This record gives sequence, structure tokens and C-alpha cells, in this order.
Amino acid sequence: MTAALFVAQRLSAVVLALAVAVHLGTILYAVRGGLTAGDILGRTHGNIWLAGFYAAFVIAVAVHAPIGLRNIVREWTAWRGTTLDAVMGLFALVLLALGLRAVIAVFVA
Amino acid sequence: MLSVDVWRGTREGRFQAFQVPRRENQTVLDVVTEIQREQDPTLAYRFACRVGMCGSCAMVVNGRPRWTCRTRVSEVAHDGHLRLEPLRNFTVVKDLAVEMTQFFDKWHAARGYFEPGPQPATNFATVPPATAERQAADAGIECIGCGVCYSACDVVAWDENYLGPAALNRAWTLVNDVRDQENDARLKAVSGESGCVACHTHMSCTKFCPKAIAPTYAIAGLKRAVLRRALRGRA
Repeated sequence: MTAALFVAQRLSAVVLALAVAVHLGTILYAVRGGLTAGDILGRTHGNIWLAGFYAAFVIAVAVHAPIGLRNIVREWTAWRGTTLDAVMGLFALVLLALGLRAVIAVFVA
Repeated sequence: MLSVDVWRGTREGRFQAFQVPRRENQTVLDVVTEIQREQDPTLAYRFACRVGMCGSCAMVVNGRPRWTCRTRVSEVAHDGHLRLEPLRNFTVVKDLAVEMTQFFDKWHAARGYFEPGPQPATNFATVPPATAERQAADAGIECIGCGVCYSACDVVAWDENYLGPAALNRAWTLVNDVRDQENDARLKAVSGESGCVACHTHMSCTKFCPKAIAPTYAIAGLKRAVLRRALRGRA
């Protein structure tokens, strides 16, 4: 892991620590009296703050996870070099696309 | 009597069994020396000072890396048995003697040497003992280069290029040496794929260091310094 990747992983971890705590805390708070998918979408629809929060969450995941996976692959296998970096870059794009697609879907639902 | 299994060979080899009389205040190094002098002169091992200063005699004793000259048999052979192996993560020269070249080459790769700069100071530097930098340097300066931390490190086992706890600890002492003039180059040297950022903070180095140094904290310090350097745009 280069210094740039190290910085990206640490900064994304800071975002994730907050995002996961808010995400779980919100779930625990919201479902106290029981909640349906319809109820959830009713509350989240069109909420720009919620969409922004989850977009940031998704971006942090897309940065953090491929770097960690790249480290694991390098430590446990002999796979190195540009093909590994390209595949991890692709993995980041897939995470980003799937995550943002879900955020947009919830926002416009 | 003490029953002792000693590794014989290089990478490939076998354990050879010896019986050695128990003696008062006997160290593990005493046991190896007695075997070599009284029972099998072909046994290869390394030692010099016998008093915990030179860092030559480290071996794996009953599964754990230790300095054998300062390890009493009574501390480690509770069932009257010793199993002696060469340090892990090193190339074995023969029996209990390992090749240290790669280990010390990594100290050099981490720029683990004092850099006075192109115009060295002409007078003695005054470095008050109470300053944070001096205390951070003091915490790691007593390393004797025994290789115990390197043998205990999982990351070295995974990545043979990883600089290792000893080299990084040395780099950290120099980062905190206010006289040194090449810290930017040093931080760059320790920030690569196999540098300080590869450390998993398993703390095996800190657990086993016979000098009670904490290379894990030195590496954490380097990570912070590398982070600050990278945030200044110098990745």
C-alpha cells in the first residue's frame, strides 16, 4: 500500500466510522414500533440530506473496500502489479455504481 | 537432565535430541554451548558477548523467539524440555545460525542511519531530555539488532520485502533526532508498499523484544508522520 492509498483508506475509515454509527443508530431508532418498506420509502423519498449522507457512505465504501481487499490479496497471494490494481479499480467502480444506484432509487421512489 | 531438541540443517533438516545436565542459573545459551563443546562440535550457532548487548544469540526457544544468553532454562523449560530452532523469517546458514544480511539491508533501505546534511553543525547540539522528540527517540534507541522482532513478525512472513519492526524502529528514532537533516527522504523510504503502512499492529515485535522496546509504537508514529507528509501533498 502506498502512502496515497494509506491516506485514502484512513480518511474513508473516518467517514465510515461515523456513517455506520449513524446508519445503525437510525435503524434502531426508526424500527422501535415496527416499520415496513413502504414506511421507510415514505420517509426517505425526496430527502436530499439522507441522499447526500448515503452518497457519502457509498463513496467511502467504494474507496475503502478495494484498498483493503487489495492488501489482503497482496498478503495472501502472489498477485501483484497493474492487473491487480485494475481489477480493484473496477471493483471500486462497481461498488460506486451499485451503491449510488440504490441511493438514487430511494430518493426518487 | 534436560532433554533438548536442536534443529540441524538449513531450510530442510531435522531435530536432533540431546541430554544436557541441569545446572544452577543455566541459560539457554549455556545449554547450546555445552552441546557444541561436549557432545557435537559440528553444531553451528552464533554468540559473542553473552550479556545481552551484541544481539547475536537469538533463537526460537520452545516456539518463541528469545535472546538465549539472557533466558534462563528455568524460565522456559518447565517440563525439562527445550526445543531450539533458528530464527524465523531468516535464511538459515546452518543449524541455529541465520543469515542477517537482508535484515540489516532493510535498516539501510529505511534510511536507518544518521544524516547530518550537506552542512553538518559545527558544534554539539543541545537536545533537552524532556522534549517529546528526545523521549520518543530514547524509547527505541536501545535496540541491539538481535532479530527477535523480525522473527516474530507475521507481516515479514507474508511479505519478504516488508522492512520489519527493527528497521522501522530505527527510522523512527532518527525521525525524532532533531539533528537529522533528511527526514523527508526517510519518510518517503518507509512509506512504500512494504513500509510502515503494511504493519497490522499485531504487536508480536513488542511482545517479544528482549529490550522491552515497542516497535509497534514506533511504526504507529511513522504512520502518523507519513500521513501528515502525504496530506501536505508529498505522497
